Amino acid sequence: MRTRTDLRWIWVIAMAVALVLPWIFFDWKTSRHSGFVLTMLSEIGLMIVFALSFNMQMGQAGLLSFGHAVLFGLGGYTTAHALNAIRSGGIWFPLELVPLIGGLGGLAFGVVIGYIATKQRATAFAMITLGLSELVGAAALMFMTFFGGESGITTDRMIESSLVGATYSAPWQVYYLIVFWVFVSVALMWLHTQTPLGKMANAQRDNFERTQFVGYDPQLIRFWQFVVSGFFAGIAGSLYTIVYEIVTYDALAASKSANALLASYIGGVGGFFGPVLGATLVVLMQSGLSLLSNSWVLYIGVLFIVMVMYAPGGIVGILGHHAPIARIGRLHELIVPYVRILVPGLITLFGFVLLVELTSFVTIGATQGKKFKVGSLMIDAATAQPWMLAIGALLIGGLWLRLASRGFMRVWDGLIEEAKTLGGAAR
Amino acid sequence: MEVFLVSLLNGLVYGMLLFMLASGLTLIFSMMGVLNFAHASAFMLGAYFAYSISLIAGFWVALFVAPILCGLLGAAIERFGLRRVHRNGHVAELLFTFGLAMVIEKVVQMSWGLLAVPYRIPALLDFPLFSVYGTQFPAYRAFMLLISALMFLAIWLALTRTRVGLVIQASLTHPEMARALGHDVPKMFTLVFASGMALAGLAGVIGGNYQTTSPSMAVTMGPIVFVVVVFGGLGSLLGCFIASLLMGLIQTFAVVLDYSAADLLARVGLTVTRSSPLGELLTMPLPRIGALLPYILLVLILWFRPRGLMGTRDT
Amino acid sequence: MTAALSLADVRKQFGETKIIRGVTLDIAKGERHAIIGPNGAGKTTLFNLISGRFPITSGSISLNGERIDTLAPHEINRRGLSRSFQITSIFPNMTVFENIRCGLLWSRGYRYTSFRLLGRQKALNAESEALLERLNLQSRRDLIAGLLSYAEQRALEIGITIAGGAEVILLDEPTAGMSNTETEYAVNLIRTVSEGKTLLMVEHDMSVVFGLADRVSVVVYGEVIASDVPAAIRSNMAVQEAYLGAEAQ
Repeated sequence: MRTRTDLRWIWVIAMAVALVLPWIFFDWKTSRHSGFVLTMLSEIGLMIVFALSFNMQMGQAGLLSFGHAVLFGLGGYTTAHALNAIRSGGIWFPLELVPLIGGLGGLAFGVVIGYIATKQRATAFAMITLGLSELVGAAALMFMTFFGGESGITTDRMIESSLVGATYSAPWQVYYLIVFWVFVSVALMWLHTQTPLGKMANAQRDNFERTQFVGYDPQLIRFWQFVVSGFFAGIAGSLYTIVYEIVTYDALAASKSANALLASYIGGVGGFFGPVLGATLVVLMQSGLSLLSNSWVLYIGVLFIVMVMYAPGGIVGILGHHAPIARIGRLHELIVPYVRILVPGLITLFGFVLLVELTSFVTIGATQGKKFKVGSLMIDAATAQPWMLAIGALLIGGLWLRLASRGFMRVWDGLIEEAKTLGGAAR
Repeated sequence: MEVFLVSLLNGLVYGMLLFMLASGLTLIFSMMGVLNFAHASAFMLGAYFAYSISLIAGFWVALFVAPILCGLLGAAIERFGLRRVHRNGHVAELLFTFGLAMVIEKVVQMSWGLLAVPYRIPALLDFPLFSVYGTQFPAYRAFMLLISALMFLAIWLALTRTRVGLVIQASLTHPEMARALGHDVPKMFTLVFASGMALAGLAGVIGGNYQTTSPSMAVTMGPIVFVVVVFGGLGSLLGCFIASLLMGLIQTFAVVLDYSAADLLARVGLTVTRSSPLGELLTMPLPRIGALLPYILLVLILWFRPRGLMGTRDT
Repeated sequence: MTAALSLADVRKQFGETKIIRGVTLDIAKGERHAIIGPNGAGKTTLFNLISGRFPITSGSISLNGERIDTLAPHEINRRGLSRSFQITSIFPNMTVFENIRCGLLWSRGYRYTSFRLLGRQKALNAESEALLERLNLQSRRDLIAGLLSYAEQRALEIGITIAGGAEVILLDEPTAGMSNTETEYAVNLIRTVSEGKTLLMVEHDMSVVFGLADRVSVVVYGEVIASDVPAAIRSNMAVQEAYLGAEAQ
C-alpha cells in the first residue's frame, strides 16, 4: 500500500506535467501553440473524467452500463443551451463555473435514468442501459428543440464573462480551464471512494446479501452511486462542449459509451487510476493511429478482446501482478524472459498489422485513390509478396510466441512461488 | 382495410425474421447466461457470405453453405474464446462478445468495403405471388415465411424429440442441475452457440437481400433483437416467438399509421402545435417515433415485469 | 411478555414441494436457542424465511411483537435482527478493518452520503478498532479479508453480524468446518458477543449445542418435533429415532 505522502507527490507531479505539456509542443519559431496537440490533450483530459465516472459504476459498484454517454451527452447539451442562454440573456456567469451546470444536468438526468435502471443489477441493468442508450440516441436525431436533430446544437464559449478575465479565444486558455476541472473532478471522485457511499458501493458489488445485513438497501446504494457518477459524466460532457463548441447526437451515441467502457477496461477497472491510463491510451490511439490507418478501431477492438481473455485486470492489473515479485527484489530476472517473448510478439504484431492494412487497402484504400506507403517504401498490394510476408510473419511469430510464452510462464510461476513463501502475498 | 392486411403480412414476415435471430439468442442467453453481442454479427456475416457465395455458385448453394460457415465460426468462438473467458464471469463473457462484435464489423468493412453490397433476391423468386387489394405481395416474402416456419419446426422437433434436445430444454431453465446430472455441458454449450449463430446466419441469408446488406446491419438489428429476447422472457421459446411477431407487427404498423399524439388530443378538443410545451414530442408522427418504440417497450418491460412475457427465470 | 422472535405456524413451499410444514416457535428475550436436525430438514430455509430472503407461504413471523415476514432483509436488519450465513459472507475485497467499519456504518447514523470522509470519523474508527480487539483480529487489521484463514473469516463474519448492535442474532452453522481448537475459540467468542442478546443458531456440533444453548429445537422434515432444554432433548426417543433410525438404543 502506498503511503499518503507518495500519493500526494504523484498528484503534484501530474499537475506539473499537465501544466507544462503545451509548452513542449510550442512552436518557438512562429510563437504558436500546436492547436492539434492542445485539442488532443483537452480530449484526453475530458475522457479521463468520463472514464473515471464510468468506473464509478462499473469498477466500484459492479454496474456495467452501455449507456454512460447518455449522461455525458446530456451534460453537454445542457451546457450548450446554458451558454446560448447566457449570451442571449446577457447574464453574467463565468465560463469557469459553466461545467458545474453540465454536472448538474448530468445529475438531474442521472436521477431520472438511475431511478429506472438501478432497480436491477448485473445483466438486466446492462440491458436497460442499452435500451435507454438507443432510445435517447434515436430521440436526439429526431427532436429539434433540445437536441437540434442531426446537426446538433452549436454554441460559443466566448461569453465574455470570466472569473480570471480570460477570453478563451486561444486554445491554451481552454486547455488550462480543462486541466483545472480535470484535477478537481479526479480529486473529488477519489475522495468519494473514501466515503460511506463509496465504500458501500464496493460492498454491494462484492456481496449484496451482507450489505443488506449491515442495514443498507443495495438498490439505493446503486441509485446514489449512479447519480453521483452522472454528475461527473455531466462535467465531462460540459468540457466537451466548451472545447468543441458543438454537441451532436454522437456525444450520446452507443459508440461514445463504448469508448468509456474500452478506456476503463483497458486501463483496469479494479482500483482507481486504471481508467486514467486507459483514457489516455485510447485517445492517443484514436488521434494518433487514425492518422496512420483506417483500421484503428480494429486494433483497439482486438486489444480489448485480448485483455478480456488474458488480462481482465487491465494494464493496472498487469502491473499489479508484478508487485509481489518487485517486493522480493527479483524483478530484474524477468528482463530476459520478457525480451524472449517480445521478439516473437513484435513479429506476430507486424504480420497482423500488415495483413490488416493490406486487406483494408484493397477494399477501402484503393477506391479512395491512396497508395500504400510505409515511410518511403511503396507496397503494391496486388502482388503476392506482401501478403506472403504478412501471413508468414503472423504464423511463424505466433508459433514462436506460443513456445516462448511457456518458458516465460515457467520463470514467472517460479518467481511468484518464491514471493509467496518469502514475503507473504499480502501485508 | 388493404393497408391493414398488407401491413399484417409484412409484419409477420419481419416478425419471423426477428424470431430466427431472437430464438438463437434466447437459447444462448438462457442456457449459458451469455448475452451474445456477436449474434447480430452472425446475421451480417450470413448475408455477406451468401452474397459472395452466390456470386460464384448461386443463391441456393449460398442458402445452404453460408449458415454452416456461421455455425463453424460460432463453434470456434465458443471453443477457443468464450470457454476461456467463462471463468472470469458473465460480465467478462459479455465484454468478450461485445469486443467481438466490434472487430467483426470492422473486418466486414475491410473485406467487403464500407458501402452496401448488391446482394439481390434470386431471379427465380423475384415475382409477385398474389395481390392484396391491388398491392402485390412478392413471392420472396412467402419464401422467407416458409424458411422461417420450417426452421421453427426443425427447432421444435429437435428440442422435443431428441435426447440432446431434452437436455437442452432442461438446461434452459436449470443449467446447474443439468450439469450436476452429468451431462456434458461444455459440449452442449458449443452446440447451442454454434446452432444459434448458424440460425442467425440463415436469417442473414434470407434477410440480407430483403433489406440492405451493409456493414451497419449488425448495429441496426442487434438492439431490436435484444429487446425481443428480453420481452419474450428467459427460458421460453414460445415467449420469444410471440415477442418477435409482436415486435414485427408493431414496427410495421407504426410506419403505416401516420398519426401523432397531437391528432389524438385534437379529437378531445385540445390543440397542440409545435410551439406548445412538449409540442415537438406530441406532434411527432408515429412513423418517426417508430424507431423509439422497441426501446420504450424494453424499458417498460424491465420496469414492470423483468421476467418478460413468459420467462421462467428472472433476467 | 412478548417473545423476542416468534414464529406462528410458518409454512413454506416451493412450487409443490413443502419444505416447512408448520413451525411454531417462541424464543424469549435473552435466550440462547439452538436448532438441530438432520440434513435437508429445512433449518437453513427457516433462517432464510426469518431473515427475509424468501417470502413465507403462510403463517407469520414477528420480531418483538412486530410482524417482519413481509419486510425486505435490510428492513428486518434495521429492526434489530442480524444473521451470519452458512457460506461465509463478508466483503472479501476490503480489509478486515473496513469490513468491521462497514458493519457499523448504518447503526451509527451514516447513510448514503458522499460528504463524509471515513478516515476522519474518529468515533466510528475508534469503535471499529475496539470491536476488532474483541474479536482478537487486530493483528489482521489491514489484511484483505479474502486472504484470511477460514476460521478467521468466520470470526470476522460473527463480528460484522453483531457490529450493528442487533438484539436478535441468527448464526447459521457458525462452527462448520472448524477444528477442535478453532471451535472452542468460536464458542467463546459467541458466548461473549451474545451476552444479553437473543441468540438463535443452527448447529450440527452437539458439544457446541449442549455447551451454549438454553433450549434446543429439533427440526425434521420441516416440522419441530421437540423443543426443550438440552438434557431433555438428549434423552428424547423421537429425536434419537430421527437421527439414528428406528434401531437407536
